[in-house]
Amino acid sequence: MGSYLIRRLLQAILVILVVSFLVFVLMRMLPGDPIEMLISSSMLTDYTPEMMDALRHEKGLDQPIGVQYLRWLGQMGRGDFGTSIMQNYNIRNEIKDRVVVTMMIGFAAWLIGLIVGVLLGIICAIRRGKLIDNIVSVLANIGLTAPSFWIAILLVYLFVMKLHVLPLYGYTLPWVDFGKSLKQSIMPILVTALGPIATTTRQTRSSVLEVLNEDYVRTAWSKGLNEKKVVMKHVLKNALMPIVTLQGTMLRMIIGGSVVVETIFVIPGMGSMLTKSMLSHDYPVVQAVTVIMTAVVVLSNLLVDILYAWIDPRIQYS
Amino acid sequence: MNDTSSIMAVDVDGQLREFRVLDEELLPPVNEFKRFWRVFFKRKVVLICFVVVLLFVFAAFFAKWVAPYDPNEADYYSVMTQPSSTHLLGTDTLGRDLLSRIIYGTQIALEVGLITVIISAAIGTVIGLVAGYATGAVQAIIMRITDAIMAIPSLILQLLISQVVGHGTFGVVVAISLTLFPGYIRLICGQVQSVKQNDYVQAERCMGASRSRIMFKHILPNCVSPLIVQMTMMMGVAILSEASLSFLGLGITPPTPAWGSMCYDGYQYLMTNPLLSIAPGLAIMLLVLSFNMVGDGLRDALDPRLRGSLN
Repeated sequence: MGSYLIRRLLQAILVILVVSFLVFVLMRMLPGDPIEMLISSSMLTDYTPEMMDALRHEKGLDQPIGVQYLRWLGQMGRGDFGTSIMQNYNIRNEIKDRVVVTMMIGFAAWLIGLIVGVLLGIICAIRRGKLIDNIVSVLANIGLTAPSFWIAILLVYLFVMKLHVLPLYGYTLPWVDFGKSLKQSIMPILVTALGPIATTTRQTRSSVLEVLNEDYVRTAWSKGLNEKKVVMKHVLKNALMPIVTLQGTMLRMIIGGSVVVETIFVIPGMGSMLTKSMLSHDYPVVQAVTVIMTAVVVLSNLLVDILYAWIDPRIQYS
Repeated sequence: MNDTSSIMAVDVDGQLREFRVLDEELLPPVNEFKRFWRVFFKRKVVLICFVVVLLFVFAAFFAKWVAPYDPNEADYYSVMTQPSSTHLLGTDTLGRDLLSRIIYGTQIALEVGLITVIISAAIGTVIGLVAGYATGAVQAIIMRITDAIMAIPSLILQLLISQVVGHGTFGVVVAISLTLFPGYIRLICGQVQSVKQNDYVQAERCMGASRSRIMFKHILPNCVSPLIVQMTMMMGVAILSEASLSFLGLGITPPTPAWGSMCYDGYQYLMTNPLLSIAPGLAIMLLVLSFNMVGDGLRDALDPRLRGSLN
């Protein structure tokens, strides 16, 4: 197990390094010079070429790309994400505030997706072919195929425009004002959770159906156990394996979705930070946010793998 | 020798013996094509969705005749009208007919979907074949890069790439293709690794066949079924991605009638004219859902493991 852990950890680090390099190179290929954009955005017209060069030197943009990458990597390793080119704020401090917001919404959505998805999946599998199974299957398909922004629009139309019960946008942290926070996060969490709910439901349904045919489940039934005991003790334990593996994908889905959701509901999280910095070609911010988001995905996948190896005795660590 | 019998070689105690058998004693030949259609259309949902896809394709091809108005023709005398007999879904802020814009939007959606699916499948299949056939360092490098690309949430990678390549159809196509092709690499690589263990591949190699011959003549045909299923599923994903990018204003930009940007434009007028943003979104969902269901049906019909259960 020890060597397996180390190998997976090294793989994860390698993936993060490759991603950071890809993102770094992509950002350098962007059209437009950030220094020129900075000058034009700050409305300073009397900038001489010498002053521009000095500024370029100050921001470290005049060095070869390899040197820039290594220097940036070293800084990231020390937890220093640099400063925004456009607005001169400390990226680390900005991310610290925003990561909490994205995590609050993302975690809630993940938890809801897991609980609701597993429950619906079990119900569908046990009542296979019945009305409830058909209804949930249709809903799950819609959840997977409807664009999240469209679901958001429908929710806004219903809850904001027609029923007037929820606020249109904004976000408050729960420990600042719990009631307000709850009201503001209902729609974002719902929209984010929809994909995970649908995926988890489908996966649970099919893996429970598979397990229901196993001999040990038939034995459990023939022993005269009631439905609750069979499902909870014998079916669920074995059917949950594939759902554990799915959780890495879910997180990737949630983090990707945060970009759309945070833009629609004007939430000050990582996703909206990314779109904003992307539109203004703010290299360091885009790099930092992308690499952090990917690192979260990679590390959680690692966690899932370890968890899986730990709960499934059949896995060999060779 | 008469026509109704054939020679069959049967393994008896380790020795091959030839027997003459009457053809009636053999299993009747299965018409693969018929069997495919029977399984494919077994579920009514799949049939309906297949028809929906055909309708969308028809609308895209014949948009000129199907759409009642020009999608970009502004009519300032009928701005933001509600649905009526002249404008079935009403008009937008510039007086453009919403239904016509949605019909023309089908062209964009299908175009982006089809091109991205073909490009990503082509790149992914070739790299996947190489990765699956190779061993050691080459495979490890390819698969680690694939892992890395797949670890970045796809929308974020698409945003990055479309920023580099530029907005508009070309940028969107490149961005989506580059995020979808790693999926094909994994699929094909896995497939190749299982197929290349087969005896006929080993035999071919012993006879000195070249690598490319083995790859394209023996291994690739075995990958066709999962490839077709994956491509159909990815149509939906590609259309959804294009819509999200366009919605964020970083994909296909107005005045081109892309469903995603239409949703965004309509969102500002949700109070007065909800159809402006709800109708294009419904079109996206319907098309993506249909492609997914057709992909499901194809999987049932093409997957050899499912053949028995659904026959």
